[in-house]
Amino acid sequence: MPTYTFVVNGKPVTVDAPADLALLWVLRDKLGVRGPKFGCGIGVCRACTSHLNGAEIQPCVTPVAECAGQEVTTIEGLASGEDLHPVQEAWLEQDVAQCGYCQPGQIMAAAALLRTKKEISDEDVDRIANVCRCGTYFRIRQAIKSAAAKM
Amino acid sequence: MTCDNEVPVPAAGAPVRRRRFLTFLVAAPVLTVAVPGTAEAVIPTLPQPAEILDLGDVLILAGTPTAGALAVLSVGEDGVVTLDLPRAEVGQGITTACAMLVAEELDLPLGQVRVTLADARPELLMNQLTGGSNTMRSVYGPIRQAAAAARARLLAAAAEQHGVEVSGLSTRDGAVILPDGRPVLYGLLTSAAAQLTGVFAAQPKPASEHRLVGTPQSRIDARAMVTGQFRYTLDQDVPGAMPTVVRRPPTINGSVKSVDSAVARAMPGVLAIGVVPTGVAVVAETFGQAMAARDALKVTWNPGTIDALSDKEIRAKLKAATLPFVVPPLLTQHLDMEFDFAFVSHAPMETNSAIADVRDDRAEIWAGLKSPIVARQTIAAAIGLPESAVTVHVMQGGGSFGRRLFFDAAIEAAQISKALRRPVKLMWSRTDDMRHGRARAASHHKLRATFALGNVLTFEHRVASVETDFRHGLGEVLTATAASLPVAGNLSFAQTVFLTTCKVPYNFGVVTSLLNEVPLRMHTGSWRSVYSANTRGAEEVLVDQLAAKMGKDPVAFRREYLKTARQRAVLNKVVAEGDWGRAMPKGFAQGIAFHDEYKSCTACLVEIDARDPQNPRVVKAVIAVDVGRPINPRGLEAQMLGGLTDAISTTLRAGLHIDKGLPLEGSYSQFHYARQKDTPKDVRIFVMPATGEPGGAGELGVPAAVGAIANAYARATGVVPRSFPIIFPVDFEPFPR
Ligand code: FES
Ligand code: FES
Repeated sequence: MPTYTFVVNGKPVTVDAPADLALLWVLRDKLGVRGPKFGCGIGVCRACTSHLNGAEIQPCVTPVAECAGQEVTTIEGLASGEDLHPVQEAWLEQDVAQCGYCQPGQIMAAAALLRTKKEISDEDVDRIANVCRCGTYFRIRQAIKSAAAKM
Repeated sequence: MTCDNEVPVPAAGAPVRRRRFLTFLVAAPVLTVAVPGTAEAVIPTLPQPAEILDLGDVLILAGTPTAGALAVLSVGEDGVVTLDLPRAEVGQGITTACAMLVAEELDLPLGQVRVTLADARPELLMNQLTGGSNTMRSVYGPIRQAAAAARARLLAAAAEQHGVEVSGLSTRDGAVILPDGRPVLYGLLTSAAAQLTGVFAAQPKPASEHRLVGTPQSRIDARAMVTGQFRYTLDQDVPGAMPTVVRRPPTINGSVKSVDSAVARAMPGVLAIGVVPTGVAVVAETFGQAMAARDALKVTWNPGTIDALSDKEIRAKLKAATLPFVVPPLLTQHLDMEFDFAFVSHAPMETNSAIADVRDDRAEIWAGLKSPIVARQTIAAAIGLPESAVTVHVMQGGGSFGRRLFFDAAIEAAQISKALRRPVKLMWSRTDDMRHGRARAASHHKLRATFALGNVLTFEHRVASVETDFRHGLGEVLTATAASLPVAGNLSFAQTVFLTTCKVPYNFGVVTSLLNEVPLRMHTGSWRSVYSANTRGAEEVLVDQLAAKMGKDPVAFRREYLKTARQRAVLNKVVAEGDWGRAMPKGFAQGIAFHDEYKSCTACLVEIDARDPQNPRVVKAVIAVDVGRPINPRGLEAQMLGGLTDAISTTLRAGLHIDKGLPLEGSYSQFHYARQKDTPKDVRIFVMPATGEPGGAGELGVPAAVGAIANAYARATGVVPRSFPIIFPVDFEPFPR
């Protein structure tokens, strides 16, 4: 089996895996990184949303081979130690989470958006297609605006 | 110190004390024909069963014999108080609300309370079922009593240690305060308190002294959730439990005829493959590899149980099963309406999942379970072990909406673990979760209202529904409380649930609501608000049409016919805050509706943008909610927001198409649960001040919002919706079976 070396949340890792194995399973089942969640496995629900070199990806449809030599950040790596990312802070301030299952993906999607854009419009928020089955969308919207205002 | 609530637990079989009103029996409604000319004021409606005893009361009643043992509190030497809660947290916020009750009673900072979910506790009999919007109603008394008893013990321990009278002591910030003002931390008193003998009866604080309860608090687990540290079922490591998936049949309840697993077995990472009652299980080193091998299996299948049925036939069966009206439309004016509602997947974000470790002489299970005692019984029977050898751990779930009342993943995981002789970590695929999981039953509704001289004389609602499966313990609850149920005659469980959950909140003269079920061998289950989303949603549409027919404004009409001032206050709140009647551009409209259940009531006013009738969006929502006594208004608002989103989804676009024995939808790209772009940019939720005991909240938000959205759509487009979801094409290429 081929070997791939890349960085996860600041730490170099090396894994044996078939080239087409989705990053999600490398993270969850081989590396024990359980923040990214499975919701569909086909890039639709976005519960697994994480970052590759700072940009949003869906690890359930990202083959591990594509990550070789790259930098993967999951929800666990978004904060700097105990200092939460402003998006996480905003999520706490708005008490967004209900069951919480979609929220790592929601937060990573919002953080990726806020990296590229400072002024966030309602249309920008509308483009975040992550499913929240608990229906927390309005609080997500408020949290993103609040984070944008503070960043 | 560990302290069960010190209220004595009656021996099993001891009679349940009946509350006075429980003996009230509602006779079959007597048809009265109003003589035209005599009806001046609104014609009062006799109480419906749900007004006398609702399903939540039934659950409380069934749990009464064990209520004293419900709350297990322990005060740690570190000062942390742990509540082991025999209920399931699935996002509804009960752990936070319960922690608030403990913190309030013990004068503790909220951060010092931990809530764990109790394993299946068979001694609780029927008191470990999370459903019917019942948790806060059923634990409000017991948890406060347990905490008050714990506080009394801590006070007594402090009095003894320091040689002072209890009457000179108080509590504050997790400490007993001595007469000279010195604090003694609870952690330092707990072991002494545990040694004390004697009964420490204590009354919980009166609500007027609450300082924390009733104030908005954030979830106690929010930080773990936003940092990715929160552990759901599949995030745990159980030694040896490896990723497991199941290849399932092409139709519901099909079974394996033959399997060729040669190719799959040789694939990387594959550890084991075996046939189980529900399909073929594959265990591998990663879920990705397990799924790849699952797809490589060559399986032939025996037929399922509804292979010949598609939506068309099911709808025809429902229509045929709808019971006739009693009131002929003679002499009076009348309005008849019919509605259809599609099947709806629960589709919680966390798919059905469980971990099981079954050995020859014992088994251990981990899953999100709302009815763990029945789960334990059923699992024990399925794997041939005595119940006492089965441990069932309740995990916090990633959503439920009724889904986790059932424990199908837990049974299946146990069966696989037994068959393959290894611990397994079972995850359902999303497609299987939608196609082979459970769904809200499709229903057909027929309504008739008669009126004369400005008064509604009769109101009839006939519901025909595909049978909803209640075999998760509710049946036992209903049997045990049968003598107290406010429904006469030999009704099925389903009819009893229907009559104890759905009620018409208006004085519409003679009101009759009847349910008839069509049994189909498919997987159904209560979906947030059970029958009410469809039943009450349809009624609220009819109310708007009836108002129009009688020449009245929808709000003025509801005000006139609602039964109580409390209900009208909630309606008035959204009317005022939502600026009812304001001018809207063409293609936009407001809609309003009201709902009352489980001792709570709510009104919802929405604004819809339906300029493109095929692509409507609810752009604003104003909700008022009166739950009697809100424990955590912030959590309550979250529940109402969730209910609103559920209503937006199921009213406008989210449903399942059944085609030859299987739902076509297999993903969120096909089952159109709302996303951010489908939801309002402006939501305002008003929590009415506390007036009494806590009512239900978890399901309350759906029905009024369904009605309001449908009514807004009708006003914006001029087309009254009759079939839900309103926009429901098969706009995708279904996955192969
Ligand atoms: S699990 Fe990755 S998008 Fe759904
Ligand atoms: S919080 Fe439950 S799915 Fe989003």
